Formats: sequence, C-alpha cells, structure tokens
Amino acid sequence: MKSPLRIAVVYPDLLGTYGDGGNGVVLARRAEWRGLEVALLQAVSDRPLPEADVYCLGGGEDGPQVRAARTLIDDGTLARRVADGAVVLAVCAGFQIVGRAFPGAAGDTHEGVGLLDIETVKPAGPRAVGEVLVEVDPALVGPLPPLTGFENHGGATSLGEGTAALGHVAAGVGNGEGDGSEGAVQGSVVGTYLHGPVLARNPALADRLLSWALGDVTLDPLDDEVAESLRQERLATVGGKRRRGRR
Amino acid sequence: MRPQFASATTRVVNATSRRLGRGQGTVAGGRAGLRLDPRLLEHLSAGRQVALVTGTNGKTTTTRLLTVGLGATGDAVVSNETGSNMPPGHVAALAGTKARRAVLETDEVYLPRVLTATAASTVLLLNLSRDQLDRTNEVRMIAGSWRAALAAAPRTHVVANADDPLVVWGAGVARDAHWVGAGLRWQHDAVGCPSCEGRITFTEDGWSCASCGFARPEPEATLVVADDGAARAEWTNGRRVPLRLSLPGRFNQSNALMAAVAAEASGVDALAALAAMEGVQEVAGRFTVRSFGEVRARLMLAKNPAGWGELLDLVADSDAPLVVSINARVADGADPSWLWDVPYERLAGRAVVATGDRYRDLSVRLHYAGVRHTTEPEPVVAVTRAAAGSTDVVDVIGNYTAFYDLLGAP
Repeated sequence: MKSPLRIAVVYPDLLGTYGDGGNGVVLARRAEWRGLEVALLQAVSDRPLPEADVYCLGGGEDGPQVRAARTLIDDGTLARRVADGAVVLAVCAGFQIVGRAFPGAAGDTHEGVGLLDIETVKPAGPRAVGEVLVEVDPALVGPLPPLTGFENHGGATSLGEGTAALGHVAAGVGNGEGDGSEGAVQGSVVGTYLHGPVLARNPALADRLLSWALGDVTLDPLDDEVAESLRQERLATVGGKRRRGRR
Repeated sequence: MRPQFASATTRVVNATSRRLGRGQGTVAGGRAGLRLDPRLLEHLSAGRQVALVTGTNGKTTTTRLLTVGLGATGDAVVSNETGSNMPPGHVAALAGTKARRAVLETDEVYLPRVLTATAASTVLLLNLSRDQLDRTNEVRMIAGSWRAALAAAPRTHVVANADDPLVVWGAGVARDAHWVGAGLRWQHDAVGCPSCEGRITFTEDGWSCASCGFARPEPEATLVVADDGAARAEWTNGRRVPLRLSLPGRFNQSNALMAAVAAEASGVDALAALAAMEGVQEVAGRFTVRSFGEVRARLMLAKNPAGWGELLDLVADSDAPLVVSINARVADGADPSWLWDVPYERLAGRAVVATGDRYRDLSVRLHYAGVRHTTEPEPVVAVTRAAAGSTDVVDVIGNYTAFYDLLGAP
C-alpha cells in the first residue's frame, strides 16, 4: 500500500467555485480514519501539478475553466499520472475539461485534457439546476447505492465510444443529451455533474475511489450514520419529482 | 396622473398588507405600483439625490450606516431599510415620503436597471463573492454587468473597494471613481483576472495581474487596523480619524469607511458622517441580543463563505455555546455545498449545535471538520439546548432565512 496516500485538489483557485474541494477533504478523512497516512494537497494553478494518487477537479466559472484546461494540458502531469493508474474525480466544469472538447463563455470550442471520450457543447435554453438522483451502472464501478447530488450547469455532454455513463438519472437532467445519462467513467477517471459535494453525500462512491487508489483493497466500514441521515433526507426529497426537465 | 395614482396605490397596498399582518408591507405595494406604472421607480426618483449600495456582503448594514451618515446634516433620508432590495422594495420606500435624499440597498444583479431608473448620483460597490449560485449569476458576469451600466452613467460618483479586483473591474470605467482601501478577506473568487483571464497575485500592498497589468488603484481612503483591533481611517490628503463603532467586527469598520466616503461624494463631510455612524448598535437585527425564555442569544447572519470567514474571526476565540442554523430556501440558494468552502475546522473544541432545515448537511460538514456537535432540527430548541449548563450569551449564526426565523420567533 502506498504511503502516504497523496490526494490533490486540482486548481482550487480556478475550479473552486462550487464547494467541490470538499471531495478531497472527504477522501482524506476517510483514509485517515482507517489509519492511513494521507497528504492532502491544494494544487494551485501557478505551480506545477504535484504527483498524486488521486486528483479531484471541481466546478468553476467559464473563464477560469478555460485557463484550467490550458494549464493542465501544458503541464502534462495529469495525463501522465492517469496513464500510470492515478484516480480522477472530475466534477462539473472539471468534468467538461477532462473531456476532448468543451465550450467557453461565448460558446466557442476549447480543447480539453482528453482523459474521457466526451464532448460538451452549450445548448440554447436554461441551465440544469436542481437535485439529482442517479442509478449507477454496476458494470463500471461495481454496485453502489443511488447517487444524490445537486447539478448546476449549462452544458450538454455526449459520450464517445471510449467511455460509458456513470449512471442514469432517476431525477434531474444529468448530461443533458436527452438519454438520461449522467457522468462518465473511463478506466480510473470518473466524471459527474453532481455537487453536494458528491463524495460527502455518497460515501460509498468515496470508498470506491479510495479502494481503486489503494490497489483494489477492501476497506473497513466506517460509521456513516451522519451521511446516511442526509442521504435519506435527500432521497425522500427528490423521490416525488423524478425525471424533471430542464428548468 | 399615472405616477401619482401608482404611488398612492403602493402606499395603500403596503398599509393594508401591514394591517393584515402579512409581513412588513414593502413588496406587495411596490409590485402593485409597478404594475400600474412600470416607470414608477424613475418617477419617484426624480428630484431626489439617490445613493445605491450593492455588493455580496454588507449591503444592509452599509445602507443603514450611509443613511445615518447622510442624516448628520439634519436632512431627512429615506431608505429601504427592511432589506427588500429590488425595485418593488425601492418603490415602496420612496412612495411614502418627500425626503430629498434616498439610500437604496440594491441587489447586485439588479444594479444596472436600478441605476438606469433612479439616475443615482452615487453608487457604492462593496465586494463580490460567490453566493446562491443556483439562482444568481457567477460573479464575473455580475462584475461585467456593473461595468457596462456604469459606463452608461458618466455623472454618477462611484465609491468602490480597491481591494476587490472584481469590484474594481466592475467600477473600472466610471469617470468619478473614489477608491477605498477597505480590505478583502475572502480572495478565492478573485484569483482569475477579470480583465484578461490571467492570474491575480495578492501581496501585502495590493494586487495585480502579471499578464495584463490590471492592478489595485491607489485609494483615497484606507482602513488601518492595529494588532489590538483598534481601527482608523486614513485619507491620502492627511485626514486621520479613529473608528469607534458600536457594531463589532473588521467588516463593519470597512462598511463604515465605505459609507463615509460615499457620504462625502454626496456632499456630506465624511468625519461628521462617521461620528453619526458610531451610534448605530444593530442593523435589521444583526448582532441583536434577544431572549428565548431564560436564555439570551446574540443573533448573527452569515450567508456565504466570505461572510462566514469574517464571523469566524469574531467567534472563534470565544467559549460561549454556539448554534449554527442552515436553511436552503429560495432566498438562501437551494444548494448548501458552499458549507465546504467555510473553514469550520476552526470551531474544533467548541460546543456546537447544528440546526435549521438543512442541519444534516451541516452535520456532515462538521463531522469531516472534526467538530464535535449535536443536532436539533428546531432552531429555538437548539438555542435552549446549547445554553444548558452555561450562563453565557449563546452565539447564534444563521444564513439568511435561518437568521430571520430566529429573529422573528416568538
């Protein structure tokens, strides 16, 4: 087992708008609570991206998102580490920029890091905003309880042949392609539109990513009563309004 | 004829709504008046000297401070003091009075249209940071809309926080800009340059973008805080005056200095205005100490990470019991993910009770922050429970609707 487990929150100065830095905190605490040594790194955009075992990317505004993609491509570390098996959780703007192409503020197309075979465009119409419930595809990430989260984005993300959806929305919009897909998985890279942060609301997904990063080890269960109480509340809230359209 | 009728309708509906006990009677009447005369705000502003106060945090307090400051001359000053900060609230405030001076708290997204309607003589720009992202715009879009609106209002005096790059960008093309070194604790939304998408670097002396040279303008007045917390205002023209506010916190000192500079831009001596502000003890309930049965509690409002950063400074060193109440209703924003941008780790060792509609989200956050806490869904019960075994005044921090629930609780 690697020691310490290095968890990097990627560019919190550019991709830190929606509280997704919490995903790094959740992973770090859950590893520490199991007695592992952890280094939680806040990787700011004016330094080289550090070597890490897990990279967390979050949501951000249109302009900073473009800058983050450019900087990651020029830096090169993220793509190299993924080729070596590092785990990536990419959320919202972070999800879009690890794909092949994504839209800027004016709808112009920008090159992404290319870790996921996805392309995002900016359709006309309102943003997708609200609670989401996702049934996960067990073939890709193993059996997991439904994911709960909050989406807030204006993209439509289509999946290429090299990648598969993380799951399908039982409530909410998700990727916005009309097929009900949400997120994407390709190897050890997981993308999603879910904030919350997604790992705070879904500790089982957090543990799945940790397990991957540690070499598919089986992790001791933790007392997740607090998160489970939140999950039940959120699941009950969205239960009544499944498959909402864009607002 | 139409404006007078619309204005009278506003007053009648407001009075009726107050009599029926339906809230503070500021929005219903304003809406009714605006339906009869869509240009009612423009008509009611004509002949008045209007100042607008906007920004993410400190709007309500700064509006109150500026109102009191302008009143130092003895002039009557009207203000939308209930916090209804969109046109219906503005119309409601102006409809009932002939006061020549007006200070209007203005929602940051509504600033452009309110500026156009009121032809305000002074606009005060406090700060911009993330807040309610599910229903308002991201901060760069807001700054851009300010910039366009102020470019079209060349006669307006603009008083702006020189320490916030987004505010400076928003104010940037104003012909008469008064920069204030008011400080900016929360810098996380301003790292990307609003001018060129380069990177803003913050130093002790200010900030600048390495790519395009966009940099902090030289302020005409600066807030200087000594290590013991004593604050003074310093002007580049040599004036220096200690700030002795009744309101607590560095952020209120900053609000007061911004208000003093705005008062001066509106023709009132800044030092006279500051002297008048010293008497303000609470604003719309913020920092009110009230009783819940036997228990006394100090009520505070923090609705986003920037606001929380300031309040944590204020409460982190105290041993008093602490209640945190979080809602996610429309006025709060529906996504409480922002709780993860607040460094609650600083509360480790405090006795905390988590409450409000979304106490479970808060509880998860505190759990991962290593803050021992209990949960209680009912806010008033939570305050009572927090007090058990302590004679201290309980500190209570709520976000927007959570704060008002407790302020108004029987």
